[in-house]
Amino acid sequence: MDLNDLAPRNGEWLRGDGSDADIVISSRVRLARNLADFPFCSRADEAQRRDIENKLRTSIGDVHGDQSLIFFDVGRLDDLDRQFLVERQLISRELASGQGSRSVAIAPREDVSLMVNEEDHLRLQVLHSGYSVRQCWETVNKLDDLVEERVTFAFSEEFGYLTACPTNVGTGMRASVMLHLPALSMTKQIDRVFRALQKIQLAVRGLYGEGSQASGDFYQISNNITLGKTEDAIISNIEVVVPTIVNYERTARRSLIKENKQTLHDRVSRAYGILQAAQTISSEETMALLSSVRMGVNLNLIDDVRIDLINDLFIHTQPAHLQKLEGRPLEGEDRNIARASYLRKRLSEIHRTKPPTDSQAN
Amino acid sequence: MKQKCQVCGERAVIHITQIEEEGAASQLHFCYRHAQDYLKESDNPSSSPASGSSEEEGVPETSVACPVCGMTFAKFRETGRLGCPNDYEIFRTELKPLLENIHGNLRHVGKVPKRLPIDARRQTELIKLRQEIQQAVAIEDYERAALLRDQIDSLEKEEKRPSE
Repeated sequence: MDLNDLAPRNGEWLRGDGSDADIVISSRVRLARNLADFPFCSRADEAQRRDIENKLRTSIGDVHGDQSLIFFDVGRLDDLDRQFLVERQLISRELASGQGSRSVAIAPREDVSLMVNEEDHLRLQVLHSGYSVRQCWETVNKLDDLVEERVTFAFSEEFGYLTACPTNVGTGMRASVMLHLPALSMTKQIDRVFRALQKIQLAVRGLYGEGSQASGDFYQISNNITLGKTEDAIISNIEVVVPTIVNYERTARRSLIKENKQTLHDRVSRAYGILQAAQTISSEETMALLSSVRMGVNLNLIDDVRIDLINDLFIHTQPAHLQKLEGRPLEGEDRNIARASYLRKRLSEIHRTKPPTDSQAN
Repeated sequence: MKQKCQVCGERAVIHITQIEEEGAASQLHFCYRHAQDYLKESDNPSSSPASGSSEEEGVPETSVACPVCGMTFAKFRETGRLGCPNDYEIFRTELKPLLENIHGNLRHVGKVPKRLPIDARRQTELIKLRQEIQQAVAIEDYERAALLRDQIDSLEKEEKRPSE
């Protein structure tokens, strides 16, 4: 498989199905693990990093049963390819911008990614569309068991799985759910939700994790605590909270419709109009407008565009995806012009062709 | 958003967005005291008094280095990353308040690997030998490097045997 083959597809995290898919975009669980007989990555020289890579590569090569994993030597990929993998949520920004030997193994369906030599020797990630955080945990737990049959991980009875950063020690687990919360953002209720989440030790981050902005009204909710709680308790904590937030968002949408339908409809339609007509447009503006349109489609305020097309556009208008789809490097203003032209093309197609039948609908 | 100081785990009051070389931004969070330390250090990286002032209270602990990976607690406070699994033992006294702050707990209750490290001493010995080989190669002492490589190989073989 070549990275260019992935570009036209929309990846697992924006596939747009699963339960509550209008609000819950995707679920993810990752585990941090380290080999017991090597120093952590920051203290390992290049020769050791290569040893770690070889050792893990042979151990994870065949753990994924039905579909074989594809390896990418991240250090050898060019900037565009690295950025592309970040946009698809297959590698972290840290792995993309890191130094020295590092790699990622990806399942063809893009629901599994195993990062080697990131902050820890091994980061196992399972990502599913929609709300399925427990299922993600079950899958990643099995993968972890299989790798564990082949290597010995650093573990102490007292502190659990030992990680390079003490914020991950214990279970080494970060479980997260990505939510699309345009109505809560619009009505400024979002800060109150966040304050409530912090009280129960959950963190809120933007689209691309730590330190990123909440672009497109996408928010990631994840556990802060990894030590002194079982994996099951961490998942349960998230499972208690997500339906509540989903309900808040639905309530906010309903009251917007009830009290301000004209204003809301106007906002959504203008966003749709700009996306269909703009001649140059930034990534940020695109995300904001697509967010409005996505909500509009979910509320039946726009009826001629399908939700999976909007999901597609979220990812295809990101800088690296756009350049791959256009097949040429694009900088600054050229990129904004290409983005606008890509949006016009995709959004005009819906009036000319019938939507493909049906497997991807709903 | 309530963040914790990345050095001591106290509530962070100063948040710094640092622009790296390739234009990527990283977020740093500090309590008042460690923010001052950080800013002093990044202003004049060559002067040592700045880092000295932050360690006045913890002199004995911070000077200890991990015999396996060479990490010191001062270095950990600077980078926020530990050097090897053995650091959790060596810096246990210093780490405990920090872990308590981050997690509110000090004891793991989650998953236990089916295969526990059989002999932690052997694992740390391996890390140590690997660090030594790194140094030997750096000073081009290839004879010593070869000797160390043999030791590593035989320890690795022992490592595999009991699990099969």
